[in-house]
Amino acid sequence: MSSQGLAKEHYEMGLKKTPFYSRQKELDIMNEWHRWSGYTVPNVLNDVTFEYFAIRNSASVFDITPMAKYRIKGPDALDFMNRLLTRDMTKLRVGRVGYSVWCDDEGMVIDDGTVFRTSENEYLLCAQERQLETLKRNALGFDISFDDVSDDIAALSFQGPLTCTILKKVGFEGIDQLKMFDLKEFAFAGTTVMISRTGYTGDLGYELWINPENAGDLWDALFEAGKNYNVKAIGGDALEIARIEAGLLMAGKDFSPATSTVRPGHAKSPYELGLDWLVKLDKGVVFNGRRALIQERNKGPRYRFVRLDVEGNKTACSAYIFDRQGGKTIGHVSSAAWAPTAKKNVALGFVDMPYGEVGSTVWVEIYYQKELRWNRRWAKAVVMDGPFYNPERKTLTPPEAV
Amino acid sequence: MTKAYDIIIAGGGHNGLVCAAYLAKAGKKVLVLEKNDIVGGAAITKEVFPGKSVSLCAQFLHQFNTRIADDLKLSEFGLEFIDTDCRTSLLSNDGRHLTVSFDGQVEGDVAEDEVKAFQILITRLQEFSETLGFLADIPPIDIFDPDMQDKLSALKLGWKLRFGLGAEKMSDFLRIVGMNIYDLINEELEDDRLKALLSVDSVLGTHAGPRSPGTILTYLYRQIGGGKGRTLVPKGGMGAVSKAIAASAQAKGADILTGMHVREVLIDNCRVVGLRTSCGTVYNAPIVVSNADPKTTVFDMVGSRHFEADFVHRINTIRMRGNSCKLHLSLNSIPEFSGLGSEALAGRVVIADSADYVENSFNPAKYNEWSSSPVIEFSIPTLNDPHLAENGHVLSATIQYAPYSLKGGWTDEAKEAFKNICIDTLSRFAPSLKDSIEQSLLLTPVDLENEIGMQGGNWHHGEFTLDQMLMMRPVPLASRYALPLDGLFLCGAGAHPGGGVMGSAGRNAANAILRGDKS
Ligand SMILES: Cc1cc2nc3c(=O)[nH]c(=O)nc-3n(C[C@H](O)[C@H](O)[C@H](O)COP(=O)(O)OP(=O)(O)OC[C@H]3O[C@@H](n4cnc5c(N)ncnc54)[C@H](O)[C@@H]3O)c2cc1C
Repeated sequence: MSSQGLAKEHYEMGLKKTPFYSRQKELDIMNEWHRWSGYTVPNVLNDVTFEYFAIRNSASVFDITPMAKYRIKGPDALDFMNRLLTRDMTKLRVGRVGYSVWCDDEGMVIDDGTVFRTSENEYLLCAQERQLETLKRNALGFDISFDDVSDDIAALSFQGPLTCTILKKVGFEGIDQLKMFDLKEFAFAGTTVMISRTGYTGDLGYELWINPENAGDLWDALFEAGKNYNVKAIGGDALEIARIEAGLLMAGKDFSPATSTVRPGHAKSPYELGLDWLVKLDKGVVFNGRRALIQERNKGPRYRFVRLDVEGNKTACSAYIFDRQGGKTIGHVSSAAWAPTAKKNVALGFVDMPYGEVGSTVWVEIYYQKELRWNRRWAKAVVMDGPFYNPERKTLTPPEAV
Repeated sequence: MTKAYDIIIAGGGHNGLVCAAYLAKAGKKVLVLEKNDIVGGAAITKEVFPGKSVSLCAQFLHQFNTRIADDLKLSEFGLEFIDTDCRTSLLSNDGRHLTVSFDGQVEGDVAEDEVKAFQILITRLQEFSETLGFLADIPPIDIFDPDMQDKLSALKLGWKLRFGLGAEKMSDFLRIVGMNIYDLINEELEDDRLKALLSVDSVLGTHAGPRSPGTILTYLYRQIGGGKGRTLVPKGGMGAVSKAIAASAQAKGADILTGMHVREVLIDNCRVVGLRTSCGTVYNAPIVVSNADPKTTVFDMVGSRHFEADFVHRINTIRMRGNSCKLHLSLNSIPEFSGLGSEALAGRVVIADSADYVENSFNPAKYNEWSSSPVIEFSIPTLNDPHLAENGHVLSATIQYAPYSLKGGWTDEAKEAFKNICIDTLSRFAPSLKDSIEQSLLLTPVDLENEIGMQGGNWHHGEFTLDQMLMMRPVPLASRYALPLDGLFLCGAGAHPGGGVMGSAGRNAANAILRGDKS
């Protein structure tokens, strides 16, 4: 209900626009947008290929304002995070960022995201999907508060080999000393911007977090400093290619978040997502999913996450995976793309155990369209060991010799 | 250096004591720590007025598990009964009181046909109770991962329903089991007073009126102890039951300490290692059994952070609304209840003259208000058991409905006002009552929470409704006494089969521990 004189309720407002909307709109020649957590964001602004190559060869700017962001603070903040997340949070120091998943009691992944330890008793949790209900449930009995700050923080993902150079030019002194997963606050335009060396492209990159009022200035500063470095605003399609190439998972695409999954066997555990390294069963304190994950470790998971190098150049989107041509269905592809830099036809997917050991061969049946007509083809695929693309500069500090 | 124990039981309610006795009997070294000065929880006899000791809360045994009494040889440890077939009298506004015995014999002006219909009905219900009764003595069936025992129990239930009862009765059972008592009694009976009696027996201790769903189940539940619906009154008050159990446990080697408030269950590396009392003493043991209610156990004794979040959420949403008060009146003489002899007063007396009276009395509780015409169950126990009082008498009453979260709170004024309502209600049948009252004591649900510990003052440690029964008690996936924290068990009324002085939860918990169960 909205009564006269009052602001409209959020659900009556239609699509929200991020503080970068008008700047993106100026560059937009494609008019392809989609909805992300209530905001409208571009799939592509100009050309997917150009945008993708900006990620890999120069610098790309992607609007991540719609990310769900929560500020968690209080005397029990560490204990709270340690119970919520599968990782050992005592290891995450102030000024560091951690990637983690969180599970329900059955050990099924609710979502993945990044955790910023902004001070001793304060964290920022960023995720693809909304987490209020999960946080509320987890807060029982902890002396913490949590706030949804999704709309209070504008954010840009700034990714590519030249990003450090450009940030230095903007005036963020010492940015080249930031190690991977470091975070630091910098003065900017009379306010502060929090910069973390994080991203979703498997490459050198940063994420910039700022209040919405100064967000436009930040955008302008990046483009001004980067004008001779081919800085490009990009949409979600280019990013999607980069993250598949880097072999990174996406909630809602590669796995169905446990909180919105009802069919048995459709939710996945961290082990089944190939994220064993995120689970610290022996961290000495209880965390969500612990008991189920101990059992799973003893029994063995049901599925295996695989990164596939697929023969040919037809992408294996939504393909089934078989043990041999025309054989038994053993899994499915969840994400697939032609990876331009790795120069590989790649796919991410899941197979039933014990299939999919590294180096083994499986088969996919690929459906593809040619001038509106569907064709299909069988293709061999080899299970890769690790990501298809993993440049050295991703982790080097300083990242470049410019 | 403290003695080494295998198992520590936090809380010496009758269930904790039963659990201790069975564990000690099996050779375990057991320690019981009770925060109050006497053991028994809500099953105690206490000096409520100088020189006058009566059952503080629970007063009548309906469900007492005869098997436990035999196993623990409670009669050898001093348990005796004043009355093994305590009758219930119903006070009617028009003076047409009734007195009814467990098998449906009615004294009073009720038509013969009606008495017959009443007897048929209670026999029918009694048979259903007996069919279900065995479920109280076993852990709830694990429907997710049933073992041989679970499968046998499921078969036994099916067998009992289909072949024990026969097709016709089974069909009848399935029809009525989810109904409310109000609809059933209106199908079968005419007499308002008999309907009132069955209504009261279905709703005592609950947050429900006779028209609330599940009130047939609560009625059936009250009869399951093996006593065929009989009501027993222990000699020396309800505390005698707890005392006998404690003595039996001690004789088998269990240690029992009172005045020991368990502050914190100690956890190391995700498992129980002992506990700390409020005076700072630490006791180590690999197993801690909580006789407190599930919410108190999880949130106060252990701490929610030692459990996973979905489990904590489920515990947090257990409904535990208490609506019952206890009123004790110290009397210098027996007041005259018009039309009721002293034999009846020594038994169980109920004030409610129709099912609608009971329902109306429940209505305000839905809105956190008390009933101004409450349902009352009372007795003057000192009549039959003279050792309870050096002189004079005590009238002890359970009063419904008076909600825990009373609008405006249970201030001193509120307590005084409600007490007057209760006394006025009693005085309608005994005009001289006020003259014989020397002192009075009202225990509201808040007082019960403070004295005994049961949250919400809910005497079942969690409302007894279909969604909080059997494998859903206290919450799904944790119904078999082992809670999802290694070494932690629950043995009180919050676990299956539930509240009432019965002992089954304590016995089942002991069995689960001895079997080495894990959640
Ligand atoms: C007013 C009233 C009338 C009732 N009338 C009847 C009746 O007539 N017939 C009947 O069958 N039932 C009746 N009941 C219900 C019955 O009394 C209870 O369901 C039953 O006694 C519960 O037993 P329990 O052992 O599971 O728990 P409780 O009796 O609640 O015992 C729990 C024990 O744990 C102790 N404890 C809790 N926390 C701690 C801690 N941190 N440290 C140490 N100790 C702790 C408590 O002090 C208590 O002694 C009545 C209840 C009430 C309140």
